[in-house]
This record gives sequence, structure tokens and C-alpha cells, in this order.
Amino acid sequence: MCRLALKTAAEPFSPFNVLSAMEAMQEGYDGSGLGLVLRGVKFQDFSYKSEDPILSGIAHTEEAMNRLNLFMQDRGFKLKYSHEFTTDFSLIKAKDRHKYFVNVYKQPDSWNEFDKTGVEDELLLTRLNLRRNGEKHGGDLTVFSFFYDVIMIKEVGWPLGVGKALSLNDDRITARVVMAQGRQNTNYGINLYACHPFFIQGISTMTNGENTAFIPIKDWLTGKNFPGYTGFQSDSEVFTFILHYVVRHLKLPLMAYKHVITPLKTKELAVHPQGDFLLGLRNACRRLIIDGPNCVIGSMPDETCLMVMDHKKMRPATIGGKPGEWAMASEMCGVDAMIPDRDKSLDFQPMRENMIVVPPDRKELKIWSQFDPYPLHQAA
Amino acid sequence: MVSIRSIPSTPSSLTYCDLPWIIQHREDRCTLCGQCTSVCPTQAIYLTYRRQRMPNLDILKKKRGSTYRTFVGIRQHTNMANRCVGCGMCSMVCPNEAITPVPNPNDIRTRFHNNQKGQPLKRGGRKNSGATILDNIIFNRISMLTDPALDAGRHEFFENTILGRILPPEEYLKRKASGEWIPPTREIFPFIIGSMSFGALSPNMWLGLLQGAAYLNEVVGIPVVMATGEGGCPPWVLKSPFLKYIILQIASGYFGWDEIVRAIPDMQCDPAAIEIKYGQGAKPGDGGLLMWFKVSKLISKLRGVPEGIDLPSPPVHQTLYSIEESVMKMIQTLSMAWNFKVPVYPKISGSTSAKSVLNNLVRNPYASALLIDGVDGGTGAAYNVSLDTMGHPIASNVRECYLDLCAQGRQNEIPLFAAGGVGKNGNVAQNGMALIMLGASGVHMGKYIMQAAAGCLGSEKNRCNLCNIGLCPKGITSQNPKLYRRLDPDQVAQRVVDAFLAINTEVKKIMAPLGRSQSLPIGMSDAIGINDKAAAERLKIRYIC
Repeated sequence: MCRLALKTAAEPFSPFNVLSAMEAMQEGYDGSGLGLVLRGVKFQDFSYKSEDPILSGIAHTEEAMNRLNLFMQDRGFKLKYSHEFTTDFSLIKAKDRHKYFVNVYKQPDSWNEFDKTGVEDELLLTRLNLRRNGEKHGGDLTVFSFFYDVIMIKEVGWPLGVGKALSLNDDRITARVVMAQGRQNTNYGINLYACHPFFIQGISTMTNGENTAFIPIKDWLTGKNFPGYTGFQSDSEVFTFILHYVVRHLKLPLMAYKHVITPLKTKELAVHPQGDFLLGLRNACRRLIIDGPNCVIGSMPDETCLMVMDHKKMRPATIGGKPGEWAMASEMCGVDAMIPDRDKSLDFQPMRENMIVVPPDRKELKIWSQFDPYPLHQAA
Repeated sequence: MVSIRSIPSTPSSLTYCDLPWIIQHREDRCTLCGQCTSVCPTQAIYLTYRRQRMPNLDILKKKRGSTYRTFVGIRQHTNMANRCVGCGMCSMVCPNEAITPVPNPNDIRTRFHNNQKGQPLKRGGRKNSGATILDNIIFNRISMLTDPALDAGRHEFFENTILGRILPPEEYLKRKASGEWIPPTREIFPFIIGSMSFGALSPNMWLGLLQGAAYLNEVVGIPVVMATGEGGCPPWVLKSPFLKYIILQIASGYFGWDEIVRAIPDMQCDPAAIEIKYGQGAKPGDGGLLMWFKVSKLISKLRGVPEGIDLPSPPVHQTLYSIEESVMKMIQTLSMAWNFKVPVYPKISGSTSAKSVLNNLVRNPYASALLIDGVDGGTGAAYNVSLDTMGHPIASNVRECYLDLCAQGRQNEIPLFAAGGVGKNGNVAQNGMALIMLGASGVHMGKYIMQAAAGCLGSEKNRCNLCNIGLCPKGITSQNPKLYRRLDPDQVAQRVVDAFLAINTEVKKIMAPLGRSQSLPIGMSDAIGINDKAAAERLKIRYIC
């Protein structure tokens, strides 16, 4: 089963800190891979400004790397910085790796006419085009993310081993939010795209457990014909897409995500102050109800972090920390590894109705309950 | 050789071994009580006196000759009108297990003679054939280790479905914010008591079903609804709080709708929904049929027609010109009658054209759902040829429609309901859940409920199936008080509750191993498989062997 760890801190920290949590949680999972999201990034060798998008992925051959460079050049992207990982390929199991790229671009001048949404749509389409490009060439190019202030790395192998192979402990890249997941999709054959966390337009989530309602959810999302809702190599990818759909398409507050994936029961809604609205929302988004067993941990473009359970809460998770620094993990020992010097008595394990949110200020964690009043004015 | 005239043979003369059911009567057990002959709905058996020659075989005496013994026995008629239909009521009433009908394993010749006086065979029941494809579908995505299976007995399950049109989320938010009309919906149990009219069913049967549905809603907490079929609804029900458990059907004969429309101002609550019947799986392209035997004083009053006449409904609604125009008008008119607060949906028979009907409904903002009734659906009266040879199996029909909705991303907007053969072989929860995983939002079942809740004797071996002539030996489909008083409404209600409690448990026993509990697994096609390659390909589900 997957192990999940997220750490968010006001000051950038080494992703290796989170990998140590993966190591602490090693019991009970096969350590077959690593998926890593870094947000709020800081490069030692480059002064990064968050208005520049970062493209991250793997070029499996030199030819693919050249093709990528040409592709970006043709579309008017100017390469501002390319991070060179100090890579020890001998520690990587897979042999078809040429370069792990983290490229910072200045976006094309022609995009100036787009509004924020338009630009983000273009970033998404560029990523998808690159992904298709790689797939067309025998999978020689894997692209994980293309967005502001986000780096994604996915690789096969023991998480700590992958971290060492890429020298993630050298502090040349640090971040304010790091999400890590420690397993490749060994159930169905390894595909790097099937590894959590998943990413779409700045929104990223990772999950443990199976998604038993995968097919009906996938069928519905596919029918939306939104270009980013594609892939579906993993049944957990839909959790990211649902969050994206709720926040970006429906423009609902984050709290609505919980109401969509695990709505309250009819008799509970009957006594909820906004029960009428929420009942309608439940019906309208009925195909997006998840059935667990899952814990979903995610982060948003503004560095808000969140954690929710499915209704049955059969995959519990813990959050703990202190002002300025919070850690979420699927196992308590993971939280211990990330923030050992916290008051453990204040750790919290969300119940089925809770959504835990750590806002960008990181002063405190917020425990939202579905039974709380729902801010209707924001929905309108 | 004997002259031809002396043999009692006509073209339609049959012997008992030509009949579909042969009465086996044991004279050594018979007490001659006569209960079997009096209960037989077709008067197929009669008490008769026979003479048996007893030859005198005393070899020591020269005198020869015979004496005669008279005995009394039960025999069966061999004419078509009085043929045994195999209902088995004679066995049921016999105090001494002396009599029973047995199916004739040999050549059944009545099939060549069921056209007496130029009348093709009409009957009740459903398509006389065995297993349906639904019975072969199994649930094979079992949660075990990567995700734990749930406990059907202890976990909380949400099995209800939504009847009514659902807006796309964006549109819902927009309308909610601006206070615009939002289509009405009902949260109901996905197994619905399908359309059986007050007229087709006896008053006691109808009352029992309603009592059962009310108990399930109000005491057990399972929101079961039942559909009336064409033929209206008793005024006391229309004006009662039980109306909310009832789907009122309007069909091409509009029977009973004078009473319904007049009752609207006095209604305490809205009905669950309005069903507009355009077609029916048992007799596609044909209207309803209530034969004169069943048009009693009560029925004639309810339907506003004279007593004792055949009531065939036209095959189409009188106003029907095109689906775009007339169906839309009908849906809108009926929606308006209840102030746009009641879901209104059409029922059609399974057909290769179902998809085009569906696509029209998708574009009709007032259409609440679509009910497709497959070829295995039952009826109170239809021509045998319609029952056995017309229509479309429900599985592929509903699947095709669901996938079409998926392609448009609108599978949540128009719920599909499936009917026709659900529980034909007793596997009601399995059949229903298979249809739900193929894409139905719920299923309607009529015949199964008659069989389970009232002991209907009809079967696909053409047993009984006398519903059309009002001689139902159990009193389920008769308007003759002498017959329907055999049925105690309280006992029917009890059995309705039994059946639904069992369905409820079985649904959980199906959902739990699939790891589903929070929403009905509509369209969860990855959870089902079938051991028939062609069917798997057609239904786009996994082939298993």
C-alpha cells in the first residue's frame, strides 16, 4: 500500500527530510518507487521568480532531450535555467534514463494577451502535447508538470535510494511544500505516469488505498471533454481531477471538495443549515462520490495543504506540527520523522466529516467539518 | 376396420397426452371431497362415474360372464377452453395429496390449436423462455487485500438512487444562485414495484402492495415506490398521504385520469412521479389491454367506462405526432399540472430505437428519466406472439443507452431505469445490480413482486398465465370478489416487506465485497463479467471463463 508524507514550512527545507519520513514508514509497503512534488521552490544556483513556469520530467534519450528543447523553442519559450541534478545513475534501477530535467522558462510573449486562466490552460496544453510527443516516440519523454513554482519527480526504486541518486540532500533545491509518495503502481505494471502525486494546473494530490468507484468517476470526467482529464493510468488520478473540477470549473471553495467526494447523508443534510444547497450539489456531483478506502493529501497553487478521508475512514492519517511547520502522513511515524520536536498531544487524525487545511500562512491547522455552515455566498 | 364416423375425432380433438399439463390423480387417495374441481380456474377437471368390467374367471364353473364395478374418479377435459394450465391449485387444496398436474414432456399439440374461432392466443405472464443474460453476469471485482472488503452487516450503506432530472453541476450552481427552477428529484430505493394497473390487479393485491410500500417507507426506512400502470388510482389513495409512494402512469387510453385530475386540488402530497407509457416490454408497439372479464363495476367507475367491455388502449397516444413535439408537450403539461414539482418521465419498450428516444429526452429540459422495458417484461394481457417474439433484451439496450450518455458526459442528468425480466428466475437482487452496473439507475419489477409477495403461480413454462381472463386462482389479477377474497392484503403487505428486506440485504452483500457502500455503483462495469464472449463484447464488460 502507498505511504504518503507531506510537509509544509514557512522556510524552504530539503526534500530529503520528507524522504526520511518515507523511510520511517517503510514497513508495510514495497518501496517500489517515489513520487515527489516540490512547491515554493528555491534553487541554490538560480534566483527563481514564481511567475516563470517550471517544466519537470525525464528525457530517456538524448534525442528526446533535443526534441524537447526544440519543441519549447519553436513555441517561443526561453530557457532561463536548467537544473543539473548531481545524478548517480548506478543507484537508479531503470536503465533508460538520460536526464531528469527541471527547466525554468520565460513564457512566450504571445501569451501576454491571455488572462490567468488562459495562460494556465496553455501551460496544460503544452504539457499534454509534450506527453503525447513522448508517447509517440516510444515513451522516450516523460513530462510530469509544467506550472509555476512546482517541480515533480517520479522514479522507480526505494525512495531514499532515488533521493540519493539525485542528490536531493545537497540542498541545491529546497521547497516550502514537499509531497512524497513511496510506491509505483505495482498492481498493474509500472508506468511512471501512474505514480502519485498527480498534477493538473498547479493542483496536486496523492492517495493511498484503492478507488473502488474509479470507473464511474472516470467515465464521467472523461465525458467532460476537458483536455487535462486524461491518462487515468491510476485509479487515484481522479481525486486530483475532482479537486481541480470543484475548484477551477465550479469555482467552489475548497470545503466543497469534501462535500462532493463524501457528501453527508440525506438525514444529516436535512438538519444542515445549507442542507438544501448541499443536497442539490450531492445530486449534481453524484458521479464523483468516492467510496474509499482512501486518504487524500494535496496541495494547491497558493501552498494551501489539505487532507481528507473517505467516508469509512479505513485509511486514517495524521497531521501534526507547530506554527510555521506542519506535517501530514499516512502513518504517525512519518509525522515523527518530519517534525520530531512538536507537541504530539496536539496531533490530529481527521474523522470522516473533517477536512484538514493548512493555509499558506501556516500559523495553525484548520479542522473543517461538513456539519459546519457552508459559506453559500462564495458558491454563488 | 371401424367406420370413421364412429370414432369421436374432430380436427381439434386432443387427448390428455397432447396437453401441456397432465393431471395425475390417485384414486386410492382421493376422498372425493370435490375441492379440486371447484377450485380449478379453467374447470379442467371433473368428477366422473366410470364402469369397470369384472370378468368372472371361475374355472371350475361352466358359467361365464362379467360383473361390473362402478367407481368415481377425477378426469381432465381435453378441449382447448378447459385445458389444464398447470396452476396446481388442485394440489394445493387437496387434503390427501391425491392430485397434481405434471408437465407433459412429450409432444404438446395444443400449440396448433390455440387459435380457436380465429382468435390467436392471448395470455398474461411474460416471454416463455428460460434464463436471461442477466442471470449469467457475476460480480468479480472483489476487494480483499489492496482494499478491504466491507461488512454488509455492520457498515452503513447508501443504496438509494435518484429519480428525476439532475442538472450539470455548473448549471445547478448558476440556477441555485439566481433562484431559478431546479428540476424535482426523488431519493428512492433502486428496486421499484413496476407498473401494474388497478384493473389488472385485484383490489386486495393493490392494497397489499401499497400497505407494504407504506410500511417500508414509514417503519423500515426503505424508500420504496410503486407505479400504478394505466388505469388510475382509487380516489381514497389519491387524497391520502400514501400518494407520495406512488408513480402515477398515464398511457394511451388515459384511463383513470379524469379521477386523477379532479383529485389534484385535494391531494395532500405530490405523487412520487408521473410515468408516461409509450411502450411496454411485454407487448411493444401495442397498447394496454384489459379484457372484458375484468371490467367490473369498480373498474368501470374508476376508468369512466361501461362495465364488461374490452378496454384496449391504442398503440400510440392520440396526440402523438413526433417525439420532439408531442412528447415534450405531454411532459410539460403533466409537469405543469403539479407545478413542476413532480418528475415526469416516459416509459418505452426495449427497442433498437431506444437511443434516439433517449437523445431527444436529453435535450428536453423537463424530461426526468427514461424507463426502458425489455423483452422479458410481464403483462396482464397480451397476444402470445407479442409476448414471445417482440422487443429487445434489456441488458444490451440499457448498456448502449448508458454508454451513449457517457460519451456526452450526461449520464448523471437523465437517469435510466431498466425493467423486463428482473428476477425472472428469482435472482432479483443479482439481476437488478447487474443492470445498475451496466448503467441503470434503478430497476422496475412487476412479475417478481407478484410471485414473491402474492404467490403468483405463473411461470415461463406457460404455467397458469390466466391473468387476462380474470380467473387468477390466487386472486391476484381477478376482479371477481369470490377469487380476490382468497388474497389477504395484510399477508401480501407482509410478503412485500419480506421481499424488500431480503433485496436490501442482498444488495449490501453484493456491494460490500466490491468495496462500495457510499453510493449505488451505477455504471461500475469493471465489477462485472460474463462467461459469454459475444455478450461481453456487446456489453463492453469483462469476459470470464
